[in-house]
This record gives sequence, C-alpha cells and structure tokens, in this order.
Amino acid sequence: MVKRVRRRKMTLPGRYECIAQAARCCAEAARDAGLDDHTVFHVEIAVDEACTNIIRHAYGGEDVGTIEVACHTQGDDFVVTLHDHGRPFDPQAVLPPQIGTDLDQTSIGGLGLYFMRKLMDEVRFEFDPVKGNTLIMIKHANQHHQAEENSAGHT
Amino acid sequence: MLQITTKPLKRVEVITVKGRVDSSTAPEFERALMAALESGHHQIVLDLEDVDYMSSAGLRAMVSALKAARKGNGDLRLSNPSNRVSEVLQLAGLTSIFGVYPSQVDAVGSF
Repeated sequence: MVKRVRRRKMTLPGRYECIAQAARCCAEAARDAGLDDHTVFHVEIAVDEACTNIIRHAYGGEDVGTIEVACHTQGDDFVVTLHDHGRPFDPQAVLPPQIGTDLDQTSIGGLGLYFMRKLMDEVRFEFDPVKGNTLIMIKHANQHHQAEENSAGHT
Repeated sequence: MLQITTKPLKRVEVITVKGRVDSSTAPEFERALMAALESGHHQIVLDLEDVDYMSSAGLRAMVSALKAARKGNGDLRLSNPSNRVSEVLQLAGLTSIFGVYPSQVDAVGSF
C-alpha cells in the first residue's frame, strides 16, 4: 500500500545541472509514499534518465526549453509525469543497448530508455502537436511488494 | 558534487571518484578518465567506493574509457563499487565486460 502524498510539481530549466533536484524531489515523494529505499532509488534514476533524454533528444541541447515534473499517488500507484515542448520522438525507434562479453560489439546507446523501462512498471509516451510531449511513468506498489514476498518465499 | 583524485602508481593509475555521476557531472568524469589514457596510462583502477549515484551517463563514460584502454593494450578495472553503482552495472549488463574487484588493493594487484 502506498500512503497518499500531496501532488508535487516543479518546472525546471532544461539544463543537466537542474536534473538532480527534480530527481531528488520525486525520490522524496516516493519515500513519503512509503516505497522502500530500493524502489525510491529506481524512481530517482528513472526521472534522471527521462529528463536527460528530454534535454538531449527532445530539445537537442541545454537551455532550449523547460521540463515540468510532477508526481503523485493514485490508489496503489506512484505516478511521475514529465512534460516538455521539444521534438516528439518515437520510442520504438530507439534500439536497446547491445551489451555482451564482446566489448567491440557493445553499444550502450538507448541505455536511458532501457533503464526507465526496466525500473518502472509502466512507461507511456504521449505526443500532442499543441500541448507538447508527456511521459508518464508508474510504479505499482502492490506488484512490487508481491514480487518481494514471492522472492522471500523462495529463499 | 563530484570529486576526482588520481594517484599514479608504478604500473597503474588509480582514479578515485566521490559523489554523484550523472549527466551534469559525467563530462568531468570522462575528461579525467581520458586525461589518464592520453598521458599514456592504459592500466587504470577506478575506485567507486564513494560514488553514491551513477546514471547511464556515467556508465557511457566508463565504457568509452574501457574501449580506449583496451585499444592501448591496457584495461580499466573497477574497485569496490557501492551498492547503487553495482546495481546499475548489473542492470545494464556491464559486469560481463568490466573486471570488478572487492578492494583497491585487489584491483591494483590484478595488473
């Protein structure tokens, strides 16, 4: 069960040095919602990677536009929403990183999106030519706790 | 905040990093790694004990440096990564390409 927390919202300049503040704000909200340290870290990384991708790919660099970051609880979900007015991108077109034992074949492009998908339970992109781009990332508290219980049951 | 110190030993350059490595600090991190390589040190130990946070930007810098080190017939080996760094390394599948050692002494001694 997540504890209900007040909605937090901030608008940050599209600069890399401002990302940590937004990621920590969401991590703090996740902690207040009762998520464990491990899950709080996952939320922090996912927000960091999402903001980095917006600056790098949607805006094409720093100081081009702002990012609105909001987080709240909804039932047993912890929900993070990011909004920008940069270029839309096709998440299906991003190739997953290629990592194996052969260093020459290793390519870690796309690692940010890969982390977001691995660390959050739902990642959805919405693109609107007028309203801009919205990214919704959700952590299901129940699913996470169930997985932990199952894992504990097998040890 | 990021703090990077380098310590040249006989055969190995030890680079110790403290703080947060993310998209804001990764360029500084990568510059330190590349500076060691460009000065001719291709055997590098990267001490990550006090790195409390690392995003994909930091991992990207480490993979670039590893490729450059191996090209020079050297290696970049990691010592005592914090739990959080270990988790992102595992998540990215990078534990298969980096040598990871439990202490700086072990990592230096491995060369």
